[in-house]
Amino acid sequence: MKKVGNHTSFSRILFLCLTFVLTFSTGSFAQDAAKGKELFNANCAACHKLDANSTGPALRGVIERHSADWLHKWIKDSSGLIKSGDAAAVKLFNEWNKVPMNSFPNLSDEDIDNIIAYTSEPKPEVKAVPGAAQAGGSTATGGVSEKLVLGGLVIVLAMLVIMLVLVRRVLNKVADKNNLTVNETKSLPIWKAFVKNQFLVITSVIVLMLTGAYFAFGFMMQVGVDQNYEPIQPIHFSHKIHAGENGIDCKYCHSSARTSKTSGIPSMNVCMNCHKNITEFTGSADSTYVDYSKEFYTAEIQKIYDAVGWDPAKQAYTGKEKPVKWVRIHNLPDFVYFNHSQHVSVAGLECQTCHGPVESMEIMRQHSPLTMGWCVECHRETEVNVKDNEYYAKIHEELSKKYGVEKLTAAQLGGLECGKCHY
Amino acid sequence: MASNKKYWKSVEELNENSSIVETLRNNEFVEEIPTEDFLGDKNALSSSSTSRRDFLKYVGFSTAAASLAACEGPVKKSIPYVFQPEEIIPGVADFYATTVADGFDFVNVLIKTREGRPIKVENNFMENALTGANARVHASVLSLYDSLRLKQPKIDNKAASWSDVDQKIKASLTSATGQIVLLTNTMASPSTDKLIAEFKAAYPSAKHIVHDAVGSDAALDAYQQAYGERALADYNFGKADVIVSVGADFLGDWQGGGYDSEYAKGRVPKNGKMSKHIQIEANMSLAGANADKRIPLTVADQKLALVKIYNIVTGNAVAVTNTAADAEVTKAAQQLKAAGSAGVLVSGLDDVNAQLLVFAINQALGSAAFNPAQPKYVRGGNNKEVAQLVKDMNAGLVHTLIMSGVNPVYTLFNGAAFAEGLKKVKLSASFSLREDETASLTTIAAAAPHYLESWGDVQMRKGHYSITQPTIRPLFNTKQFQEGLLTWLGKTESYYDYLKASGTALANGKTWNQMVHDGFSAVEVTGSATASADFGAAASALAATKKAAGLELVLYPKTGMGDGQQANNPWLQEFPDPITRVSWDNYVTVSKADAEALGIKNYNVANGGLNGSYVTLKVGENTLEKVPAFIQPGQAKGTLGLAFGYGRKSALKEEMQVGVNAYKLYKDFNNTQNVSVELGSGDHEFACVQLQRTLMGRGDIVKDTTLEIFNTKDVKEWNVKPHVSLDHQSVEASTVDIWESFDRSTGHHFNLSIDLNSCTGCGACVIACHAENNVPVVGKSEVRRSRDMHWLRIDRYYSSEDTFAEDVTTKNSAKGLMENINTFNGLEHPADNPQVVFQPVMCQHCNHAPCETVCPVAATSHGRQGQNHMAYNRCVGTRYCANNCPYKVRRFNWFLYSQNNAFDYHMNDDLGRMVLNPDVNVRSRGVMEKCSLCIQMTQASILKAKREGRAISGDEFEVACSAACTSGSMVFGDVNDKQSEVAMLFEDDRRYHLLEHIGTKPNVFYHVKVRNV
Repeated sequence: MKKVGNHTSFSRILFLCLTFVLTFSTGSFAQDAAKGKELFNANCAACHKLDANSTGPALRGVIERHSADWLHKWIKDSSGLIKSGDAAAVKLFNEWNKVPMNSFPNLSDEDIDNIIAYTSEPKPEVKAVPGAAQAGGSTATGGVSEKLVLGGLVIVLAMLVIMLVLVRRVLNKVADKNNLTVNETKSLPIWKAFVKNQFLVITSVIVLMLTGAYFAFGFMMQVGVDQNYEPIQPIHFSHKIHAGENGIDCKYCHSSARTSKTSGIPSMNVCMNCHKNITEFTGSADSTYVDYSKEFYTAEIQKIYDAVGWDPAKQAYTGKEKPVKWVRIHNLPDFVYFNHSQHVSVAGLECQTCHGPVESMEIMRQHSPLTMGWCVECHRETEVNVKDNEYYAKIHEELSKKYGVEKLTAAQLGGLECGKCHY
Repeated sequence: MASNKKYWKSVEELNENSSIVETLRNNEFVEEIPTEDFLGDKNALSSSSTSRRDFLKYVGFSTAAASLAACEGPVKKSIPYVFQPEEIIPGVADFYATTVADGFDFVNVLIKTREGRPIKVENNFMENALTGANARVHASVLSLYDSLRLKQPKIDNKAASWSDVDQKIKASLTSATGQIVLLTNTMASPSTDKLIAEFKAAYPSAKHIVHDAVGSDAALDAYQQAYGERALADYNFGKADVIVSVGADFLGDWQGGGYDSEYAKGRVPKNGKMSKHIQIEANMSLAGANADKRIPLTVADQKLALVKIYNIVTGNAVAVTNTAADAEVTKAAQQLKAAGSAGVLVSGLDDVNAQLLVFAINQALGSAAFNPAQPKYVRGGNNKEVAQLVKDMNAGLVHTLIMSGVNPVYTLFNGAAFAEGLKKVKLSASFSLREDETASLTTIAAAAPHYLESWGDVQMRKGHYSITQPTIRPLFNTKQFQEGLLTWLGKTESYYDYLKASGTALANGKTWNQMVHDGFSAVEVTGSATASADFGAAASALAATKKAAGLELVLYPKTGMGDGQQANNPWLQEFPDPITRVSWDNYVTVSKADAEALGIKNYNVANGGLNGSYVTLKVGENTLEKVPAFIQPGQAKGTLGLAFGYGRKSALKEEMQVGVNAYKLYKDFNNTQNVSVELGSGDHEFACVQLQRTLMGRGDIVKDTTLEIFNTKDVKEWNVKPHVSLDHQSVEASTVDIWESFDRSTGHHFNLSIDLNSCTGCGACVIACHAENNVPVVGKSEVRRSRDMHWLRIDRYYSSEDTFAEDVTTKNSAKGLMENINTFNGLEHPADNPQVVFQPVMCQHCNHAPCETVCPVAATSHGRQGQNHMAYNRCVGTRYCANNCPYKVRRFNWFLYSQNNAFDYHMNDDLGRMVLNPDVNVRSRGVMEKCSLCIQMTQASILKAKREGRAISGDEFEVACSAACTSGSMVFGDVNDKQSEVAMLFEDDRRYHLLEHIGTKPNVFYHVKVRNV
């Protein structure tokens, strides 16, 4: 895994300077561009972007195209303006596929001025050094330093050994010079002594065989267990960005986990709910979640458009679809029945219980072993979530009395029976 | 200790100087091993392209490659939708209401789809729906995935485009000089009728002819004469106390079928009352097997009997000769008359006069069950017109012939003449699912969609309007007949739009969306209809029936195969006939007496398989050779039976090309023919799943009693609880336990109740079980080896004496060894006219299961909800469990039945596997399997309740068989819910367990059969 980079102080200084210059330049407007940005994000961003066409046109420098007065009218009641036969309004309406713009009578004149101020800010120049090059570099340093420390240690140890050998040699020489004989009693070599001791031999053979069996068993048991399986996917989808940074609920995309046995790989139209508007990666380079370059992520977003056949320039579907062949990570054998909704909707488990910290995974991997032992262990320990569920009312009362427990585990409710999962 | 014993293998060894022993000693292998032939031939060795070194290289490489490949797990791809349809959630089933109307079966159903694939047919139990899906309807979903379907249109056997086809047909229509004929099956579709009317207006020389493979022409003609409309009278057997049927298998396919559920309602004794059913018939049919009194008579005698009943009920005195069972017929007629409006008579005789008498008798009775005012339209064939068409075709009068849903080359007795006539037709087209016998001969083979891919509407009954909707996009490049009509009429609208426009008007006030949701709309048709026809003349004409000299052949559609349009459906081929229990065949049924006279034999060979003689049947100029003969108890003397639907060859996998084509003997569309029979040479090997025919007096397997005893005697007398000896005391078997009982009072406890009174043996449950549980098809030779995989079987037993009760008496009265042996030998043979009983048997889910205690690996264990679990992945295939099962319900996978070319059925092709239920595992070779009490369904019901956070009622649970059972015989539920239906049934006096004395405590229970004799 790559580490998030630290930025050089130079880029920070550059960035600060830029910000300062920008702040200074915007200061010349009477209106408050910062307030405008807030309003823009709350009201306009669903359909408009500053620098690219979206559902509606790009809005940077809109004041150069229309008068402020006209803009006020348009924003407050666009359809009214079109009905009144305003030429510019009608033209705009026709240009944009006759999609009417929402009216915002709640925006005050000041608000609108603030928004216009925000849209009138010049486009920022190069923001910062691209994330990836930098991130890559810093990753390298991080890795090297660790290795360096280790290497240093090794060298120190080696030097110690050499020094000991040298000291011994020197001492021997000194002894030689002084005609001293070093008493070296010739003892039996250790291996011969070992062979002679039958008890030791038998014990160690047994120990060796047991250890061998232990490791052989361990090896056999991991055959077919794909824990930490982390295949390369056709589209680099970062759970870290979506679930982690943006905090999107797992079940927003994996919606069938609530009602179905499968959690479902989201269909591409779910991606398009957001990515119709998010056409490029806009994360700031100093965020903790950026592992690749902006261009890299933007290219991945483009892959979605290729798959669904979306033309971002025309804002329309071309009809050329190309389904995405994801590599399936979690594979249960056919003879196991597993139902997501039972665990997600009924038991109320967090997805992370089985899938691990997905929100921090740049590349999705299988967190749990998905072995039967793993399932059973959890069923033995987990108490059944019976709260507010009428279904459990009777059976829980009867069974908990029978077993003399406060709360039943899944196992006590029959969660370990063969037929519950194997049919 | 050394022994001086000498062992010898044959007497020859005792002969000291035997040359044979000497030779054997020197030469171990009796047959020489041809090593010299191979190694001696230097030329062959050196010219071989594979040297020894190469061979070793290959072995080395493949071993290394195989082990390397095994190191890495396979990479599995998952491809989600690009645009997921809103209604589809992967892993969740959707249900669509639609209507089956294939010309033979007409019924409202629900289709279960998973990820857009239809996988199962369910009953539409909405009020007023015409329910009653039979085995064929349940199996029809597999016919959708038939790999031998016609996949694109063909012109002159070459693949073509639809535009070419339409152009060609249109050109032919506009230039037609002779007749234009539309030949279709019964569609009963108002919108199609309207379209055809428009077509006729556009092309005035056009005619529309309807052809039913197995018709009800006589009944249609009679109804037309009496009521002025070409239709069939409807019956409601639930309203009848006395039912007399003269040759009508109304529990089978008589007049379109669908009468079981109402009939079964009246068969369960309530307040000491149940209906009485008297069946007069030749073949042993489902209705006959369920009857309280069955009178086997030849068809000629049946006609006379009908006149007799007419005389007695209406008080007329038409002169009529005596039948073979006059006293019984008279008694039946008197009982019918006494019942008055609570009586009803039906007949399946292919005779207009007979059908007219049915109206006269029911009208005289004032029968409440008889409903001519609300007729059915499920049969509409006109045989005279079809016969005329064949003549016209051969005379060269037909210019353009367009067919839909028919296969006349196969289904006409003069199919050869039809094929001949086709050559003289300028342009012929056949809209067909398969390139069948007809479509392979027509100019254009038009690929038609399956009903699960089509739109349509059906008027099955007056005041009842149904919609057929597609449940999947067409799998192939197909086009509906109706779409074709629209194109030829020059219209651009789709058939869906046309249907919507014409259907909304007929929807009886329902909106179109509501129609598509429900699948039908129905209104009560009030008023009555009075028959007006010369019944006296009909009776006289019928009374003049002469008995024919030879044997009578009575043709019938078989429960599994029907008219034979689904002959390529492996489920139906393997479906054992409810009566004969033979699968993969049709055969001529013959009575024991006639068999002896003709020299026909049935016998079992060493492995238990049943063999039977071949006969040659001759009707007029048509001959059927090598027809296997099956000796059928209850077959009327002097009659033979033969089923339609077999003997097809076109567009059929090789394994399915079984049986003989009975349509060849369906002369003049009459189901009764005079036939001459000759014994052929050789024996036929039947694949019969049940070899024993009687119960040998074992009254504890099927308990039955009479209504009189049931009403008057104590329960202990007619539902005897078995006793065992405990400490030399006789105690009730259910009180003795060698295991400690598990407390089952908490949670769910599933039980299945089977009422032997209302089970008609129709077998819908068998196919439903197949579809739900991915039960494999094993083929004819495996079935013959008793390796059938049916999780649910319906055992059929005959009585050896006249009744089962007498069997028990006979068995118990035998004394001494010899007498016992003789008695048991005798009890093996069924009576000439036996009582019949059907008993569905599946895993009994014993609470003290013998199978569980013997499994060495604990692969089968008991769940607390009452189900006996089977963990396939744990099973190592010792088969101890099957040996220890007293009910013989466990099935072993002797082979891998999926993706195996040796078993080339639906599981061997990608298309056929689409029908598999994704919630149930496909079992591999070497594991045991059995009924799981549909644990996937009970678990799904529980999960649904959990998700909705509500308590669940015991009635909410279903299993595949109980959901398929429209007669109400099978009821499933939670007995711990004391309010549930199954809990009430458990408390019923009639309840008993199968083999109760062995103390297995099953969770399946039966209800004593009560007969109203």
